[in-house]
Amino acid sequence: MAVDSVSVGRHRRGYYLYLIPGFIGLLLIVIGPQIANFVLSFTAWKGVGTPRWIGGQNYQRLLTDDQFWGSMHNTLWYMLSMTAIPVLIGLVLASLLFDYVRDQFGEKLSSFFRAAFYLPQILPLTVAGVLWGWILNPVGVANAILKMVGLGAFAQNWLGDATYALPAVSLVIVWIQVGYCLVVFMAGLSRIDPSLYEAAQLDGAGWWQRLLSITIPMLAPEIFVVVLTTLIHALKVFAPVFVLTQGGPDDATLAPSYLTYYHFFATQRVGYAAAVSTVQMILTLGLAAIFIWYQTRQAAREA
Amino acid sequence: MVDIAAPRTAAVSTSAHSVRYRSPMRWVILAILLALLAFTLAPFVLALLNAFKPGTDYVRGGPLSLPTYLQFDSIAKFWTLADYSRKLLNSTIISAAVSILAVIISLFNAYALGIGRVRGSVVILALLLLGTMVPQESIIYPIYWMAKSVGLYDTQIAVIIIFAVLQSAFGTYLLSSVMSTFPREILEAAEIDGATRWQILIRVVMPIMSPTLMVLGTFFFIWTWNEFLIPVVMLVSNNNQTVSVAMGLTRGQNLSDPTLQAAAGLLGILPTVIFFLIFQRTLTRGVIAGAVK
Repeated sequence: MAVDSVSVGRHRRGYYLYLIPGFIGLLLIVIGPQIANFVLSFTAWKGVGTPRWIGGQNYQRLLTDDQFWGSMHNTLWYMLSMTAIPVLIGLVLASLLFDYVRDQFGEKLSSFFRAAFYLPQILPLTVAGVLWGWILNPVGVANAILKMVGLGAFAQNWLGDATYALPAVSLVIVWIQVGYCLVVFMAGLSRIDPSLYEAAQLDGAGWWQRLLSITIPMLAPEIFVVVLTTLIHALKVFAPVFVLTQGGPDDATLAPSYLTYYHFFATQRVGYAAAVSTVQMILTLGLAAIFIWYQTRQAAREA
Repeated sequence: MVDIAAPRTAAVSTSAHSVRYRSPMRWVILAILLALLAFTLAPFVLALLNAFKPGTDYVRGGPLSLPTYLQFDSIAKFWTLADYSRKLLNSTIISAAVSILAVIISLFNAYALGIGRVRGSVVILALLLLGTMVPQESIIYPIYWMAKSVGLYDTQIAVIIIFAVLQSAFGTYLLSSVMSTFPREILEAAEIDGATRWQILIRVVMPIMSPTLMVLGTFFFIWTWNEFLIPVVMLVSNNNQTVSVAMGLTRGQNLSDPTLQAAAGLLGILPTVIFFLIFQRTLTRGVIAGAVK
């Protein structure tokens, strides 16, 4: 405050030097490639020679590409398994652990549950894929267990049968995601004034009523953040699909990311893959814009 | 594992709630929670149960039977098959280098944005945030092509540079908001003592920020460890690959033996569980910071 405005101005300019390494990196790794990718999406290119400008043809083709629409349709499933189901389970679990288990069974048990449910989150996605691939394969653990309990008739080729593959992959994703929602929600709950819950209890509100009328409204900021960030992740589901099904069988689990990867590196239709990833990027930007708008509004409110 | 940072309000609310009537419902709810817990932990337990099980036991008793004796053949076989020591070393080198570099870049950026408050910092921060969210698919091909043309394809250096930049975008975002609350008096005092901007960063800001920098570094390490798309594209030769890539490609290898698959899973789990046990407090705190800040 004491420093006069002239020296502040001089100072500020000097700080720009510190942005140089980060800026060069960002230009080289994010902005440049992003622009290049966008330009490539208007070309036909096999990855060698000179890209040939074809205007909007890639996007036209995309509109009638069953694989692309299939992957978009599957993305809705992935939004369900990345966002909707884990958020719901996370809310109920967080509220149960915070508002019920803790006073019925104690702090320790509640913390233990939280840590255990979080465990799948720390695994590399490919490790989760290896584990579940092993469990769900035709001669895998899931079917062996079904057989052991006399339900052998229900055994399936979970990942190899187009009917079951998408639900099976989705189940794995839910298994991964619940912990993230739970931990964020429980952290949010810890800032809620406990007297709110006590007052509600004195008024005779049951656990379910407290969930609907206190927990969910109070957690609105956390729910918003979790929903948006996981929706963005749902648009980029890659590793589980790569490891578990490679997009198959019959494209039943194909995700846009996998389609992009496939065209970039297997069919070498670089321009087309660039178009698919551009669509993905635009959808992400839309969600990200909402997110950033919300964050700045929150920051403005706090200030 | 039990002891994750406890909510601060615990003591208050427990005492107030303890008078509550305990209905039989509590056992129903506990049973439901335990069932969910069993589902969550099943893959871990099953991998552990079968990784040391002799193949003959698996054939006879299936995945749920207890092994009659412990064998380490499956672990040893996968270890050599995947050249796992090499993969661990690669992952450690890449993750550690990324973590250090990304922390330095984030610190520099945040020093200019959070403390220097240079003009346009809001726009720069929004741009950085976008950088963290944009799908990697939409930058992977140009990066791949660039790396090829400068001879950095299939090198760990390329992967290190890429992730240092990507991770530092998030780091800058987080650190700037922390640094914008940095006490001005300290900075002014240092300035009056004649410290240059560089000296202030190294001798004043960095020591005070070091706990946050450690948390950030831990996060960058684990995130990089878990990354898949960019490493699987950029690191084609076996000698350069990371644990995560090796795991992602085990499907393609001949792993028909179920105890071998369990061993692979277990070896993949171990490093992260070890990090988790070491850094659990740091991690849960960081998840929260990452999500809400």
